Amino acid sequence: MALLLIAEHTQNTLTPGTLATLTAAQSFSMPIHMVLFGKDCQKVAEKARSFKNVKKVLKVENPLLEHMVAEVATPTLMELAKDYDYILASSSTYGKNLLPRLAALLNVAQISDVVEIQGKDIFLRPIYAGNALAMVKSEDAIKILTIRATAFEKALPDLSKAAIETYAFKPPMGAVSTFVKMEESRSERPELTAASTVVSGGRGFQSKEKFALLEELADVLGAAIGASRAAVDAGFVPNDFQVGQTGKIVAPDLYIAIGISGAIQHLAGMKDSKVIVAINKDPEAPIFQVADYGLVGDLFVLLPELITKAKEILRRNKEKQ
Amino acid sequence: MKVLVTIKRVIDYSVKVRVKRDGSGIDFSGVKMSLNPFDEIAVEEAIRQKEKGKASEIVVVSIGEKDCQETLRAALALGADRAIHVKTSLETQPLGVAKVLKVLVEREKPELVILGKQAIDDDCNQTGQMLSALLNWPQGTFVSKLEVMKDKIRVVREVDGGLETLDMPLPAIVTTDLRLNEPRYATLPNIMKAKQKPLEEISAISLNVDLTPHLKTLHVKEPPKRKAGVKVKTVDELLDKLQKEAKVF
Repeated sequence: MALLLIAEHTQNTLTPGTLATLTAAQSFSMPIHMVLFGKDCQKVAEKARSFKNVKKVLKVENPLLEHMVAEVATPTLMELAKDYDYILASSSTYGKNLLPRLAALLNVAQISDVVEIQGKDIFLRPIYAGNALAMVKSEDAIKILTIRATAFEKALPDLSKAAIETYAFKPPMGAVSTFVKMEESRSERPELTAASTVVSGGRGFQSKEKFALLEELADVLGAAIGASRAAVDAGFVPNDFQVGQTGKIVAPDLYIAIGISGAIQHLAGMKDSKVIVAINKDPEAPIFQVADYGLVGDLFVLLPELITKAKEILRRNKEKQ
Repeated sequence: MKVLVTIKRVIDYSVKVRVKRDGSGIDFSGVKMSLNPFDEIAVEEAIRQKEKGKASEIVVVSIGEKDCQETLRAALALGADRAIHVKTSLETQPLGVAKVLKVLVEREKPELVILGKQAIDDDCNQTGQMLSALLNWPQGTFVSKLEVMKDKIRVVREVDGGLETLDMPLPAIVTTDLRLNEPRYATLPNIMKAKQKPLEEISAISLNVDLTPHLKTLHVKEPPKRKAGVKVKTVDELLDKLQKEAKVF
């Protein structure tokens, strides 16, 4: 019995989602083999080898793999897959793009967004935007799971040194997509799904220019910036800021929602945060039903005040240390 | 270019779903059903490509019980040309659906298949990728922009780090993300016209596809509820509570 973890990485490090998937993988108490796709994976392989239960790190290296195209990686994964009982990846756009393909070709189900492993073939997963949780049992010999990163702690490295091996790339047969370009949304801030504090804005900000107010709060708190779908649709921020059912799922220690009414789809993406603060001018806004602390009022008055006072508190805390 | 669009009938996105008391599933009684929003975007995209002269015919497909036909009619009213209903009383899961779609693609020979990236009921996000793998066609998932060129399409994908552009030879599979377009509303004359458009019913059994679910739902429960919070009156009070109670500061 062995488990294959398809690791998403940045050439240098494993993504936070992969570290959470690793924790889920460790709960099966079986040897874990991690596979890394890319042009050059040596650096990240050195990091990947040092985790509990990881017995082997497989590098699949080819210039064609510099940018992951699902069809290009599939034949190699199919070669690999035959030897495993479990295949796991993070339920990021990377994992969601790949795993259903493997499942279909292996004639097994794929189980999306697993939040709890309840047994060797029983898993808990959210349905209906997280308004219900389904306990499902797999009837297949091979279990293919994507793991919801917010539901598991990120694995910490230890002193183990798994073998690093090269695994042959098998080129695809037939027509495949070609990568043209990637427009990365660059930010100096922590990554949204990994940040311990997230400040999110919604339609209440009225314009892209005014949305920039939120950046100051994020700077003060060292937070990532999120947004509701309405704010993304209105063009205040790029798409990958979106928190919700179809955007990113976050569960930080502190989530501050400002000018967000709290549509079901948005709540689905943040309601597992430890502490939720909401600021909204409408006292009836649904966001207050999930907020630990709600403040009713005009965000353009309250936000500048919050920024100034939070800055003051943090400065004083620093002096005390 | 012939376009095939897939459709799922789901509980309307605005409905707050209820879990049955015995934990056996979701309560469907008296609940409004609609076209899955991502599939609606898929239908809209096909119509726009037809309006631009890029698509020739739009065929919509749905798999499930008899009432799927109502949802197919809704897609015909939006502007699809023809509908196929694959009838089954089995629970539809992505793998079985992808197998049925493969058979239909081989029969209909579309050059482009557009699917919603996920259905808002089971939130699986799998069928497009599975169909692509089974057909060995290129896949463009989570697409927010689609441009039909001479013998290929160019798509922009919404991925975690930003926006990725791919060139895809045809035939190809595309799954839609929210920002691909804003679907239109059906007009009354078009709703009337849709009643006359062809709708073919096929039994899943006749397609010789195994639809047996591979996943068994043992139990459905409501997620743990958050405890009701408090309203604070001032920024000072908020910061005070965040420091003393929540200890996040």
